[in-house]
Amino acid sequence: MIALWKRKGQSAVEEVPADPRAMPLTASAWIGLLIVLFWILIALLGPVIAPHLESDIITDVSFAPAGEVGLLGSDYLGRDVFSRVLYGARMTMGLALVTTLLSFSIGCILGFTAATCGRWVDGFMSRANDALMAFPSIILALIVMSSLGTSLVIMVVTVAIIDSTRVFRLSRALAMDISVMEFVDVARARGEGVWWIIRKEIFPNTLAPLSAEFGIRFTFAILFISALSFLGLGVQPPAADWGKMVAENLQGLLFGSAAALMPACAVASLTVGVNLIVDWFLRRIGGGAAEELLK
Amino acid sequence: MTPIFEIDNLWVEAQAGKTGYKPIVKGINVDVNAGEVVAFIGESGSGKTTTALSALGYCKPGCRIVQGSIRLNGVDILSLSPEARRHIRGREVAYVAQSAAAAFNPAIRIGRQVIESAVIHDLMPQDQALRHALEIYQRLALPDAEALSQRYPHQVSGGQLQRLMAAMAMSSSPAVLILDEPTTALDVTTQIEVLMAFKELIKKQNTAVIYVTHDLAVVAQIADRVVVMRNGIVMERGATQDIISRPKNDYTRTLMTAVRPPPKSVSSKADDSDWAEDDIPKVIEIRSLKAGYGRIEKKIVLEDINLYVPKGQTVGVIGESGCGKSTLARVIAGLLPQVSGDVFHHGVELPAVARHRTRQDLKNIQIVFQMPDVAINPRHKVADVLGRPLEFFLGLEAKTKDKRIEELLDLVELPKEYKSRYPAELSGGEKQRINLARALAAEPELILCDEVTSSLDTVVGKAIIDLLKKLQDDLGVAYLFISHDLSTVASFADRVIVLYAGRVVEQGALQSVLAPPHHPYTQLLLESVPELRTDWLDNVISSKEALVNISRSVEMETVGCPFYKRCSLAIEDLCSQQMPALLQTVKDHKIACHRDLSELSK
Amino acid sequence: MLRLIIQRSLLGLVVIWVVSILIFSATEILPGDVCRAVLGQGITEQNLASCRERLHLADPAVSRYIRWLNNLATGDLGVSLANDYEVSYLIGLRAANTLKLALLAAVIAVPLAIILGLIAAMNAETRLDRGISISTLCFISVPEFFVAVVLVYFLAIQFRILPATVNPRHLSDGTLIEVLRTLALPVVTLTMAVVAHMTRMTRTAILNVMSSPYIEQAVLKGASRRRIIVCHALPNALAPIVNVIALNLAYLVSGVVVVEAVFRIPGLGTLMVNSVAHQDIPTVQAIGMIFCTAYVGLNLVADVLAILSNPRLRHPR
Repeated sequence: MIALWKRKGQSAVEEVPADPRAMPLTASAWIGLLIVLFWILIALLGPVIAPHLESDIITDVSFAPAGEVGLLGSDYLGRDVFSRVLYGARMTMGLALVTTLLSFSIGCILGFTAATCGRWVDGFMSRANDALMAFPSIILALIVMSSLGTSLVIMVVTVAIIDSTRVFRLSRALAMDISVMEFVDVARARGEGVWWIIRKEIFPNTLAPLSAEFGIRFTFAILFISALSFLGLGVQPPAADWGKMVAENLQGLLFGSAAALMPACAVASLTVGVNLIVDWFLRRIGGGAAEELLK
Repeated sequence: MTPIFEIDNLWVEAQAGKTGYKPIVKGINVDVNAGEVVAFIGESGSGKTTTALSALGYCKPGCRIVQGSIRLNGVDILSLSPEARRHIRGREVAYVAQSAAAAFNPAIRIGRQVIESAVIHDLMPQDQALRHALEIYQRLALPDAEALSQRYPHQVSGGQLQRLMAAMAMSSSPAVLILDEPTTALDVTTQIEVLMAFKELIKKQNTAVIYVTHDLAVVAQIADRVVVMRNGIVMERGATQDIISRPKNDYTRTLMTAVRPPPKSVSSKADDSDWAEDDIPKVIEIRSLKAGYGRIEKKIVLEDINLYVPKGQTVGVIGESGCGKSTLARVIAGLLPQVSGDVFHHGVELPAVARHRTRQDLKNIQIVFQMPDVAINPRHKVADVLGRPLEFFLGLEAKTKDKRIEELLDLVELPKEYKSRYPAELSGGEKQRINLARALAAEPELILCDEVTSSLDTVVGKAIIDLLKKLQDDLGVAYLFISHDLSTVASFADRVIVLYAGRVVEQGALQSVLAPPHHPYTQLLLESVPELRTDWLDNVISSKEALVNISRSVEMETVGCPFYKRCSLAIEDLCSQQMPALLQTVKDHKIACHRDLSELSK
Repeated sequence: MLRLIIQRSLLGLVVIWVVSILIFSATEILPGDVCRAVLGQGITEQNLASCRERLHLADPAVSRYIRWLNNLATGDLGVSLANDYEVSYLIGLRAANTLKLALLAAVIAVPLAIILGLIAAMNAETRLDRGISISTLCFISVPEFFVAVVLVYFLAIQFRILPATVNPRHLSDGTLIEVLRTLALPVVTLTMAVVAHMTRMTRTAILNVMSSPYIEQAVLKGASRRRIIVCHALPNALAPIVNVIALNLAYLVSGVVVVEAVFRIPGLGTLMVNSVAHQDIPTVQAIGMIFCTAYVGLNLVADVLAILSNPRLRHPR
C-alpha cells in the first residue's frame, strides 16, 4: 500500500528508506482513543447515569453554582446542567454520525462513478460539485434553511449534502489515481465491467484514506451542527444539544456561571479526541494520502 | 601514484522495519587515481550508490555510516565536522544524479543552478563563473549556450539536462566526480552523445571519476577499472578489459553473459526466403491503423501501421520513447480505441473497446505491462491475481483452480508457496513472472509484451527473456514484443518492425532487418548499441552518423519523412515534402525510404 | 500564461453567476407563500395583495430572477421583509464592522501562521514541532464558540482584562485604542482557528518541498542550510503557501458568522442569521451574494497567484 502513495518526484532510493509503518500508537493517539471511548460510553449509557431528565427543572435559581444543586449547577431555566450534558452527548453524536454516514455514502458513490464513468459524466458531476463548493458551508446552510425551514431533518440533510462535496472530491481523486494504474488496465483488458472494477480493484485500495476522511468528516459534522444549533437553528428546545446549550447559557458567563463552559468543553474534547486518532492514522499511512486529506 | 581518493573498510547500515538497522555496505575498499574512471557495477541493492554517496560524506535518510574511513587527498572526510564536510561537497567532490529532471530546481533558471557550486564556495566572481560555464557547455556540445542559461529546467530536453548536470558538477573543477547511472534514463542514441561529452570533460580536467551503473556495455566504453559489487560486498575488481574478457568470479560471469551479444552477430532462426506471407495463420493482423490521445484535439501517435503476428512466433517492435509503441499494445488490447484502421483477430474484425469483444477474443490476446509494481493490485494475493482469469475465462473453481494456480507458478519458475503472498513481498523480477503467469492463465495465443524487461536489472531481465523463449517452445504462444532495446529484440524475435515517430520505417524477418540494406534509422540504431568492446565509442565518435543532429524529441511529422531531420542521406525537398512508400527488398522485407536500395546497403 | 489567468477569471465570473442562480432558486422554492409567512398574524387581504404586488410574485421565475440580478448590479438590494428598511441601508450599517473584524484577524493571523509553520517545518519531528502540531490540531478541532466562551470566561469575567461584549459605539465611532480593545476577544477567537489551519498547511507545504530531490542535490553541492531554505525551498513553497493563505482568508468569511453571534457584534453575520430566522428573503439573498462573491473572489486570487508562482506556467515550453 505504501508504494501507491509515494510522493511525486521522490528519487528512486536504492536503499531502505526510514519506515513510517513502524509506528506504534503514540501517546497522543492513546489520549484520543480514550476520550472517544469515554464519550461513546456516555452516549450509550447517558440516560441511565443521569440523575434528572433533560427537561426537568430542579431549582428556581438560574445559573446556580456547581455543587449546590447538581454536579455542574443549573442552567438559565433551572435545569440540571450535568444531566443535559449527558443527554446532549446522544443528540450531538447521533446527529453527527447520521450526517456523516449520509454524506459519505453520497460522496463516495458519486465520486467513484465520476472517476470511472467517462468524461461527460465526470465533467458534469465535477462542475456541479464545484458550484456547491463555491459557497462557504455555513452560508449555504443558512440560505437553504432560510427557505426550507430550520427543522432537524432539513438541517441533517443540508449538512450531509454540503459535506458530501468534500467526500466527492477526495473519493474521485483517489479513484482517478488508482484507475490509471496498470492493474486496472489489466482488468479492463480482460473485459471486466465497471462495477466489478470499482468493487474489486479500486475500493480496497482506498480504504485507508477513506477511513481517515470519515473521522475528519465526523468532526466537521459535530462542529457544523453545534454551530448551527448555537445560532438557533436545527435542534429545538427543550432537547439538549451541546451547541444549543452554549448559546442558551451564554448570559450565565457574566454571572460567573460555568453552565456554558461545560457543553463547549464536551464538544471540544470529542473533536480533539477524534482528530488525534485521525492524525496518528494519517502519519501511519503517510505520503500523498495525508496531503490529499489535508486540503 | 598515490590514489587521490580512498575508501577503507566502509560499513553502512540502513533502517529495516521495526527491528533496527541492517548493513547494506559491508567493508568495502576502493581507491581511485586522478584522471582514472572506476566503475561500480552491480544490480539494485548491491550498495553501489550508497558507497558512491559516502564519498561526499553523505547518506540517504534512514541510513548511517558506522565504520570506515574515506580519504580525499589524505584527509578523512568522516572525521570532519559537518561544516567542513559541507565545504568539500560541490567543490572537491561533485555528484551527478541519475535523474536530471529531478535534480534541478524547477523554480530557478538553469544558468544560476549550474554555477551555484562556484558561488557557494566562493571560487570565482559570478561573471567569471558564467563564462566558465559557457565554455563547458560548448565542450559538452550543448547548442545555443547563452539562451540555455536563461531557461528553466522544464523547457529543456532530457538529454540536454543530463549534460547540464555534468556541467554543473564540473563547474567547480572538482578533484573527484561521482556519476550515478547518468545515462540509464536516456535513449540509446542520446546515450552516445552524453558518454562522449563526459569522456572529453574528464580527460581535460584530469578528474578522478566513480561511475555507478548496471550497464556493462556502457562501462566498457568509459571505465579504466571495474569494481563488481553484490549485496554490499566487492565480488571482483580489476582492469576493464580483464573483467570483460576474463571474469574470474561466478557472479561476474553471470553479469557478462547477461549482456546480450550485439545484434550483428545473432544467428538466424529461420531463413527468410522460405516464408510466404500467407502461409502461416495470423493470430492478429493490423491494417492502416491510426491512433492517438486526447479528447478534442487528438494527438496522433501512430499513423498507417500495417503488421501481423503469425501463430507461435515473435514479432518485435522497436522504437525510441515517444514513438507510439505502447499505444500500439493498448489499441490491440482494446484499451484505447483507434482513430481509424482495423485490428483483425483470425480474420475477424475486433471491436475497438475491450468491453464489446467476445470472451474468446479477450481470452486469446493477453497483455503484460512494463512496470511490475503497478501492474498487480497490492491488495490482492497471488492466488487471487491468478485465480480471476482462471474463473473468468476458463470457469475453473475451487480444487481445479487451485491446482492450476500451482501449475502456473511452476511454469514461471516460482515456488508454490508464493500463492499466498502479497505483491509487496515479491521482488521486481518475481512480480513480472506473476504478470506473465496471469497472462498465461487465460491460455492465450498471443501475449503483448510492453517493455516487459525495461524496468528490470540486466540479469533479471535476461531471465525473463529466457522464460519467454521457453514458454514459446513449450506452449506455442506468440508474442508481440515491444521494446526500445535492439539487443533484446534481436536475441528473441522472428520478425522485426522498426517504428519511428509513429510510422513503420522498416519491417521484415530478423535477419533481413539486421543485414543491409537498412533504413537510415535502423542503421543509426544498430550503431548506437554499445558493444562490449572498449574501443567501440571511439570508433563511433569518428563515424559521421553519430555526429549528425541528434536528441531532438521524437514527434509526428505530418509532411514528409519523419526521419528527415536526423537523416544523413536525406534528399532536400523530396524527403521533407513527401512521405516515402514502403519499398520491398526480398519477400516481406520492406523499407520506407526515397533512396534506392543500392544506396541503403552499406 | 495571461490566457490562463483570463480563463480563470472568466471561470470565476461564471461561478458567481451560477451561485446567484443557486441562491435565487434556493430561497424561492418555499413551499407556500413568502408573503403569508412573513406577514404572519397581521395578515389581511389587502396587505397580502400589496405584498404580493411588491414582490412581483405573480411573474414567472426567470423574469423575477433577471429583475433581481439587474437590481443587484445597480445597487438596489431590495427591501427587508422584516422591517421595511432598504436592505442596502441595513448592510451599509454593518458591513464596516464585519470588515474591521475580518481585516484585523487576517493581518494578525497570516504572519503569525507562516512563522509558526516555518519553525515547525525546520524543526520537523522534534519536540517543538510535535508541540506545535498538537496545539494546532486542538485548535482546529474545537468550535469557535468554545474558544470564545473560554476566553470570555477567563479573560473577561474572572480576570477582567478585556470586555466581554463588544461596545457598538466604540466599534463604529471610537478611537483606534477603543476599537482594538473592544474587538480584542473576537479577533483573538477568530484568529486562533485560522492560524491553526494555516500553520499546519504551511508546515506541510514546506516539508513537501524539503523532501524534493533537488533539495538533496543542493545539499550535495555543499549549500548551507540558510541557502537551501531561502534560495531553493522558498521559491517552490511560495505557491502552496500563498494558496493556503487565500483559502484560509476565504474560511474567515464563515468564521465571522459565529464569532459575531457570540460577541453580539452588529455585523453582516448576525444580520444574516436573524434574516434566516425571520425568513427575510431579500436580505438573505443580498448578504449571501456578498459572502459568496468574497469567497469566490479569494479563491480566484489563490488560483491566479498559484499560476504566477509556477515557473512551468509562467514560461511554457
